[in-house]
Amino acid sequence: MPTNILMPALSPTMEKGNLAKWLKKEGDTIKSGDIIAEIETDKATMEVEASDEGTLGKILVAEGTQDVAVNTPIAVILNDGENASSIKAAQPAAAQKAAESAPPAAATAEVPAPKADKAPAAPVTETAVDPDIPEGTEMVTMTMREALRDAMAEEMRRDGDVFVMGEEVAEYQGAYKVTQGLLQEFGDKRVIDTPITEHGFAGLGVGAALAGLKPIVEFMTFNFAMQAIDQIINSAAKTLYMSGGQMGCSIVFRGPNGAASRVAAQHSQDYSAWYSNIPGLRVVTPSNAADAKGLLKAAIRDPNPVIFLENEMLYGHSGPVPKLDDFVLPIGKARIARAGKDVTIIAWSNGMTYALKAAEELAKEGIEAEVIDLRTLKPMDTETIIASVKKTGRAVTVEEGWAQSGVGAEIAARIMEQAFDYLDAPVARVSGKEVPMPYAANLEKLALPSVAEVVEAAKSVSYR
Amino acid sequence: MSAAKANSNTQTSDDLAPTTPLVEFSKEQDLAAYQTMLTIRRFEEKAGQMYGMGLIGGFCHLYIGQEAVVVGMQMALKKGDQVITGYRDHGHMIACGLDPKGVMAELTGRAHGLSKGKGGSMHMFSVEKGFYGGHGIVGAQVPLGTGLAFANRYRGNDNVSLAYFGDGAANQGQVYESFNMAELWKLPVVYVIENNHYAMGTASTRSSSETNLSRRGLSFKIPGEQVDGMDVRAVKAAADKAVAWCRAGKGPYILEMLTYRYRGHSMSDPAKYRTREEVDKVRTTHDPIDMARNRILEKKFAKEDDLKKIDASVRDSINEAAEFATHDPEPDVSELFTDIYR
Repeated sequence: MPTNILMPALSPTMEKGNLAKWLKKEGDTIKSGDIIAEIETDKATMEVEASDEGTLGKILVAEGTQDVAVNTPIAVILNDGENASSIKAAQPAAAQKAAESAPPAAATAEVPAPKADKAPAAPVTETAVDPDIPEGTEMVTMTMREALRDAMAEEMRRDGDVFVMGEEVAEYQGAYKVTQGLLQEFGDKRVIDTPITEHGFAGLGVGAALAGLKPIVEFMTFNFAMQAIDQIINSAAKTLYMSGGQMGCSIVFRGPNGAASRVAAQHSQDYSAWYSNIPGLRVVTPSNAADAKGLLKAAIRDPNPVIFLENEMLYGHSGPVPKLDDFVLPIGKARIARAGKDVTIIAWSNGMTYALKAAEELAKEGIEAEVIDLRTLKPMDTETIIASVKKTGRAVTVEEGWAQSGVGAEIAARIMEQAFDYLDAPVARVSGKEVPMPYAANLEKLALPSVAEVVEAAKSVSYR
Repeated sequence: MSAAKANSNTQTSDDLAPTTPLVEFSKEQDLAAYQTMLTIRRFEEKAGQMYGMGLIGGFCHLYIGQEAVVVGMQMALKKGDQVITGYRDHGHMIACGLDPKGVMAELTGRAHGLSKGKGGSMHMFSVEKGFYGGHGIVGAQVPLGTGLAFANRYRGNDNVSLAYFGDGAANQGQVYESFNMAELWKLPVVYVIENNHYAMGTASTRSSSETNLSRRGLSFKIPGEQVDGMDVRAVKAAADKAVAWCRAGKGPYILEMLTYRYRGHSMSDPAKYRTREEVDKVRTTHDPIDMARNRILEKKFAKEDDLKKIDASVRDSINEAAEFATHDPEPDVSELFTDIYR
């Protein structure tokens, strides 16, 4: 059967164009790849290449014709043994060539008409509860640094596919000594010092994870991970979806996040909001040793990419950690760190330091604050927040990051959406001030949230 | 190489001094390579046609002209080896043995596309065939491919990863971060630079201070060579050498494939940055498929009629793929929220 050559689209948005010139005439032999015509739009001129072979049987749209609709037949190619008489039978309606009379592109191309689909409801993820710690379990006091190290060591003992890589993680024992002793136990095949090359080693880690290994990629600080953020988001977070579920990656990116002390703007940023904006990532933000251990073990086992945000100020803080063979906490479950009935304070990571101290101050004034440690920002345990707000009617969020588009803004939105009728006051946000972190001690202090600000915010939502 | 030569705007296979001698193909190799190259060519022509009909959306980067590169490279691989590339990936998938139907249905965004219609032209993957994408960020596949090689070394197997990228991506910083780690840790990765001389619309002479890209690994001590990427036999010979180097644990290897794309960067590129004569010269004198076809006839590996049969069967399989991709339904709306987490 003769083959129609259709008016091509140069771009998905092109609807019509001009047939500027025919470079072949009727009767010419056409080979696949031959330039047969030139078409133009207001944006570009383009050559039309034949993708079929045969003889140019008939030109249906003369050169110089304006506004030829996309998908209008512009010529007919005859195959071996066909002659011009086959054309009529095949193409009775070929004469219609101007945009107004041509059928719409979609119809000609047999594209199914777009259905007016409505997006289905996003699935609700079930949150697991913390495992019961058997009565009489011995609690060991250790620093968060040690808890993180133990979590990695336990998982590396358990699974040969787990390895840790990053700058100074091996021989130097970790820039913040979080990987202390790992090289000695696991050797340099599994504890790998990288060159200073964040973008490269983050991508290399994702590649290894796509191949089935379970890398723990340490960033000396998350400030340096900005060099690598393309690999984290475009490669790690999106591949499972882009592959239709065929290929994912189990990988942990971990390291200190947020402000340390007196290291100024480029070393003090909180990336909580950045990563928790990305579908495909989990974001974990522990505030104490036990959570750090249980959640890092969970993160290493998780089949998805996990951003594990630590905090330099907390590394040296000690806390009780249950002495269990395998203490794993669920990702996505908040913890009520202090029960109360008057106001809900929601924090995570170092924000918990301000929140808990503020709760103590408030208690002295007769205000019982309930403090929720989110522990995981994505998926966020909205249920625990909402249940608390329904009880207290008031909420304050605390974060070191900036307010605009911050995690506090997200929490406030969720409370507004799901507990509006229970609120007795607008949600208050305590956050880092919207300035690059200053170096001077007094200014740095002002730029960060403070206990006093949390106390003040809690009082203001309580109208006291 | 003289300065004038290094800066030549249209460095093609004419300028080559290949360092790996070409090895003649057997009849089976020549015929198999011809058929796969032709399948890629016809697939891409059909994709271009379907794009013009509005059946394929977004970006669509065709591989026409570069077929010998993937076909020759693939001939050097064994099971368990990995392939990763950028956005001009349709040819790589067909060379890896993926069904053109699944690839074409992904281009049309349909339910039985390789990625269930959720990836599109630039994002397709197959664990089974060792094809690790299909990546849309220029150069990002280079550290990823280095990571695949890292996994091979970690597991102590002798598999090799091929990381393909173009002359444009060769200027991304992460490429050099990867080179450094790959040589430092002796990772089994072949960096295949498909130099088609244009990074979108920018000629390599306007974007690269050193246009001999095989030399880009020198300061990392990675050996490299230029290859006539239009001759599938030259590609195969160089691939054998590079892959053997990697399998032997000697570290990475760079192959700069001197090739040419006949079409624009993407479907919406009128390619006004080069002359028609330049394209025609390569097409008429160095077309990888014509050269293979002529060779097959000269060596009497097959008769004209036999080749016509191959041509017809290739055309049929592509028409079938196009037909499938046109009528396959769009993904169910319930797929919107699947495959974000496992």
